[in-house]
Amino acid sequence: MANPRQEQRSEPWKEQGATPYVRIDKVTKKFGDFVAVDDVTLNIYKGEIFCLLGGSGCGKTTLLRMMAGFEAPTAGSIWLDGVDITAMPPYERPVNMMFQSYALFPHMTVQKNVAFGLHQDKLPRSEIDARVAEMLKLVRMEQFAKRAPHQLSGGQRQRVALARSLVKRPKLLLLDEPLAALDKKLREHTQFELINIQETLGVTFVVVTHDQEEAMTLATRIGVMNHGEIVQVGTPTDIYEYPSTRFVADFIGSVNMFEGRLIEDEPDYVRVESADLGGVFHVGHGVSAAPNATVWVALRPEKIHISRERPDGEGDNRVAGVVSEIAYLGDQSVYLVKLGSGRQVRVTQPNTVRQSVGGRISWDESVWLSWDSSSPVVVTQ
Amino acid sequence: MAVLGFLEPGGGHAVSRNGSDMRVSSPFVLAELMAWIKALGPYRWASNRLRGWGVTGRTAVTSVPYLWLLLFFFVPFLIVFKISVSDIRLGMPPYEPLITWASSQVMEFKVNLGNYAFLWQDALYRNAYANSIVTAAFSTILCLLIGYPMAYGIARSRPSWRNLLLLLVMLPFWTSFLLRVYAWIGILKNNGLINNLLMSLGVIDEPIVMLQTNFAVYLGIVYSYLPFMVLPLYTAIEKLDLTLLEAAADLGCRPTKAFFKITLPLTKGGIIAGSMLVFIPAVGEFVIPALLGGPGSLMIGRVLWEEFFNNRSWPIASAVAIAMLVLLVFPIWILQRVQGREMGAHR
Repeated sequence: MANPRQEQRSEPWKEQGATPYVRIDKVTKKFGDFVAVDDVTLNIYKGEIFCLLGGSGCGKTTLLRMMAGFEAPTAGSIWLDGVDITAMPPYERPVNMMFQSYALFPHMTVQKNVAFGLHQDKLPRSEIDARVAEMLKLVRMEQFAKRAPHQLSGGQRQRVALARSLVKRPKLLLLDEPLAALDKKLREHTQFELINIQETLGVTFVVVTHDQEEAMTLATRIGVMNHGEIVQVGTPTDIYEYPSTRFVADFIGSVNMFEGRLIEDEPDYVRVESADLGGVFHVGHGVSAAPNATVWVALRPEKIHISRERPDGEGDNRVAGVVSEIAYLGDQSVYLVKLGSGRQVRVTQPNTVRQSVGGRISWDESVWLSWDSSSPVVVTQ
Repeated sequence: MAVLGFLEPGGGHAVSRNGSDMRVSSPFVLAELMAWIKALGPYRWASNRLRGWGVTGRTAVTSVPYLWLLLFFFVPFLIVFKISVSDIRLGMPPYEPLITWASSQVMEFKVNLGNYAFLWQDALYRNAYANSIVTAAFSTILCLLIGYPMAYGIARSRPSWRNLLLLLVMLPFWTSFLLRVYAWIGILKNNGLINNLLMSLGVIDEPIVMLQTNFAVYLGIVYSYLPFMVLPLYTAIEKLDLTLLEAAADLGCRPTKAFFKITLPLTKGGIIAGSMLVFIPAVGEFVIPALLGGPGSLMIGRVLWEEFFNNRSWPIASAVAIAMLVLLVFPIWILQRVQGREMGAHR
């Protein structure tokens, strides 16, 4: 799921002394008693695709609307390219937004929709026409310029909305669930198209989404939000492989979470005894927690190996169980394995060879689960 | 069924050991009853026969309003039209029949277009028509200017307030229209509410003449028809997607300009509907000019009344009515066609 482009991209957030392009400084937004965004501080760098990821009601859309200027922060400030835009009305901000509903003007043609923003800047007619044509070409909608929005399909409307929000060459483009209204196939295709357009134009994107797959594909970095707070910020790989909290581990992908007790704490490895597992995790990285502290071990289903025979080696990182359910999904199979402790563990295995009746693991079979010591992640909260 | 609990959202083929196919059946009593009735011989015979004549359940239901219009609008219209092309006569009914028997085999069919010619020749009628249309048009514009901010305010108020505010708009309908117009006489007359108040405050020495002026007619029409403007406008404005205004602001459009570029064009349907609801009855308005207007405010409704009751000239009165209808039908028809096309474009 990792994006191959990431290697080519620069990583300004790692550079010492790099100036952030968008600076969200201790921003809080309250609606009455309800705290929608709680003291969020966030730096976004030029040319990034930054994804705000979270469930509904986590405050991600409110944060985006504050960047657009539709909501005023209760406290804190928002800076863009060194300018404090906190009190600037939306129609003066060098920021454009692509709405979830696309919000195309129904009484205007595609051409007029895209030209609307340029008309507000009172640009000469010839320049408006040229820029609209260029933008429609970029999103491959030039032959639909004279159509009305209601004559377009969902995917076409999405492209018009994108063209309209990009035509003013904003410093920052905000996208609210940009692909939510598209079907799965089209969504996957459009994700890569969005990345292409972003790289062509070099505009900084902030994307709000509840779809983790969308975030993983699009983002240079992801900010996971929960209850109005940013829980973790990192690259898609960081977020998936090194979640910092139980919430993040659980929210991104699926995970088996075991409660346990830290019994050995060394700089390069730790051992966690878990009654939940009925065994001991040997984790190949250090943890900053007190000895004997209660910790949680997160183990991804695809990182667990399932076999009939007992794997060789030491006693850690393996456990016996009985298969209770199997789901065949075509590209992979999902097994629910019941451990001796009574706990169910989810295991996924890619179906690398065609499924034949004979060799495959079946219901009620006793199996062994094992994993590499680099696979489990220990979180303390 | 338990296996579904851990399926990926993408779906897939679930293999379950005890995945029995449980079909849920509930007793749809009504559906079964209908099926039973439909299976009956007489029902099938009747429904096939009717379908053969082009009558289905749907046409039967939709034909009711058409029948209503035919019976209570089109037939009376034809009768009025018939009277308008006949001659006046003394007696009952006060017009000549269209068809008479000259002898046992000769039928006389007499159409008198003189009434329409008379309408055109006499300046009284032309002036009355012109005055009616100007008065109605001006009142409509006034209603629009007052009604739009009102409707906008209601549509943008808190949802808990909206129903109360709408109720207040409709509240005057609970009193008789005639009484409310009469009440204005008490307010506007020379020793009425306004003049007495202003005189006692010392603002004026002489009463301002308001009753029996054009001003009073406009006031009466705007007051009476304002709810008809506000309600369709409210519906149109309330329906407007507010994200469109956010999108306009986002693209650099100031709120005032966004109103003219987005809100106004997208509520055009409400503006047209409201204007029609005010303009059409206002043209033929009789009560308000009769009670509040002076001799100068001669409107076609009053002319019609006088022809019918004072002159007892049914043919002329009918011609006045038919001419007014023709005068109004064409602009309405054109407006509705324009509106229909726009509505189609906004879907």
